[in-house]
Amino acid sequence: MALSTSSNFAKPDDAFRAIVEAHRGLTDAQSADLDAALVLVLANHIGDLDVLREAIALAKRRTLDASQQQQQQQQ
Amino acid sequence: MASAHTAQAKTQFGYRRHPDQERSGANIAEHPVVVVGAGPVGLSLAIDLAQRGQRVVLLDDADRIGEGSRAICFSKRSLEFWDRLGVGDRMVEKGVVWSVGKIFHGASQLYQFNLLPEEGHKRPAFINLQQFYAEAYLVDRVEQLPDIDLRWRNKVIALESRNDGVALTIATPEGSYQVYASFVVACDGARSSLRQMVGAEFAGQVFEDQFLIADVKMTAAFPTERWFWFDPPFHAGRSALLHRQPDDIWRIDLQLNPDADPVAEKQPENVRPRIERMLGHDKFEFEWISLYKFQCRRMAKFIHGRVIFAGDSAHQVSPFGARGANSGLEDAENLAWKLDRVLRRASPEGLLESYHIERSAAADENIRESTRSTDFMAPVTKQEARLRQAVLSLAKDTEFGKRMVNGGRLSVPSVYDTPLSSGDRDSWRGGPRPGASMLDAPVTEPGGGSSYLTEVFIRQGTRFTLLEFGNGAAADVPEGVGSIRLGGEGGLVDAQGLAGKRYDAEPGTAYLLRPDGYVAARFRNATRPALDAALARASGLN
Repeated sequence: MALSTSSNFAKPDDAFRAIVEAHRGLTDAQSADLDAALVLVLANHIGDLDVLREAIALAKRRTLDASQQQQQQQQ
Repeated sequence: MASAHTAQAKTQFGYRRHPDQERSGANIAEHPVVVVGAGPVGLSLAIDLAQRGQRVVLLDDADRIGEGSRAICFSKRSLEFWDRLGVGDRMVEKGVVWSVGKIFHGASQLYQFNLLPEEGHKRPAFINLQQFYAEAYLVDRVEQLPDIDLRWRNKVIALESRNDGVALTIATPEGSYQVYASFVVACDGARSSLRQMVGAEFAGQVFEDQFLIADVKMTAAFPTERWFWFDPPFHAGRSALLHRQPDDIWRIDLQLNPDADPVAEKQPENVRPRIERMLGHDKFEFEWISLYKFQCRRMAKFIHGRVIFAGDSAHQVSPFGARGANSGLEDAENLAWKLDRVLRRASPEGLLESYHIERSAAADENIRESTRSTDFMAPVTKQEARLRQAVLSLAKDTEFGKRMVNGGRLSVPSVYDTPLSSGDRDSWRGGPRPGASMLDAPVTEPGGGSSYLTEVFIRQGTRFTLLEFGNGAAADVPEGVGSIRLGGEGGLVDAQGLAGKRYDAEPGTAYLLRPDGYVAARFRNATRPALDAALARASGLN
């Protein structure tokens, strides 16, 4: 099974909203704790190491891209 | 500090001058194999080689067995090896048998595990036994074997490799002398001087966290289980381990901060309040205190010409998982039969390369497992700590969380991906695959007596052995190969059906076991040509 990046939610806004609302009212530290737990719960639900690795790679590429852009803007 | 063990086991030995020391020049003594280091690995290797008919010189730079409990957890696999060396019963009689571990977070239990939840094995998952007892029993066994020449206070100070062997210069209280050896096995520990002499690197990961070991003597009602705490009330923010040893000795392992002062932390007056907080009383005495940092690393090559490295000299892991001494013992059993065959010229020297292939892969596995445990106990970054915390809190109410909690994954035998194995050609639903170690099971002798497969294997001489599930006449077994037959006329009886189940057996199923008890090949029907081919492959002959 490969990582699915097509849109899987009938109402993507509801899904995004659910996650955002979970963080409402939390401090940054509490939010980070919540994300850590959420990642582990979801990773276990997926239960496929290859998919997990793909997901990590995809997410990580975005953070790397962002930090490169930041560096270029600073130059 | 008290040393109660001296009354029960001999630990002090004397230097004795050897006739080799009179020889020099063209007259230097030549030996087939010299083992350097009389710790658990060197002693076990020497015994195995001697039992296979080799003459062994065993050197040790000290004249006594080291102080302190050090390694305490010996695995089922190690006990099965020691059974073959004739010391298993003594170890188990003295040792504390255990198989259950419990993991706590704060004051409450997260979960428990059983490392050997099934019946029908001769040996338990683990025993706890102070290393000095293990060494003392091994020395006693060595002294029964005239083919082992154990020389105390003989320190190798120089090594010169030759095409057909090694010249060793050995220092003694009466000056130095030389010997030649066809093979040298360096079992001289983590700070191996032989490793430096061959110029090998020993690179790896250093962990900053410090751990305090205190072995205390007390009478306590704790069950014989491995207890591990994350963030216990008595040692906030760090981890702790409690483990029982013989003689009312308890191993306590406390994680300290990376910046803790090692000299101060070791002082009994500073350790005492920590232990009092843990136990809730002060009725204990210290047996041994040690403070350590550790490294995970291995040599790139375990074989340097005719110098072979085994045990801590070749690889080091963190102590969480009982992977140090046990993996060293697995090195010894892996090497002994191969070196014996090479010395007898039954196999080419290339067979030894499989020792490096199999055991360096096992070392990588041990390093990987113990590094993961260590990282879990001592998270490096803030986010790592956060993820660890999330796992611990999820473990309270989810099964997946419990399984992710890593308080040490305990040593199990590796499965070798090795050129000595013949791959499966038939279809199997279970059973140990080629490269895995044999499984024990209870069997009944034709006369009615009960025994175990591991015992029958020993009686076959721990040589290549065909384990066969009877189907009419016995298989045509090549010369020199032992035979264990279950079922059929005159065969052993699998009364409880456990052997058949564990080996996924049908009538005619046969496993070719190596002399170290690993599976070389398996067949639904063993034909002579297929057996011959598998045997040749496992002997390094093709």
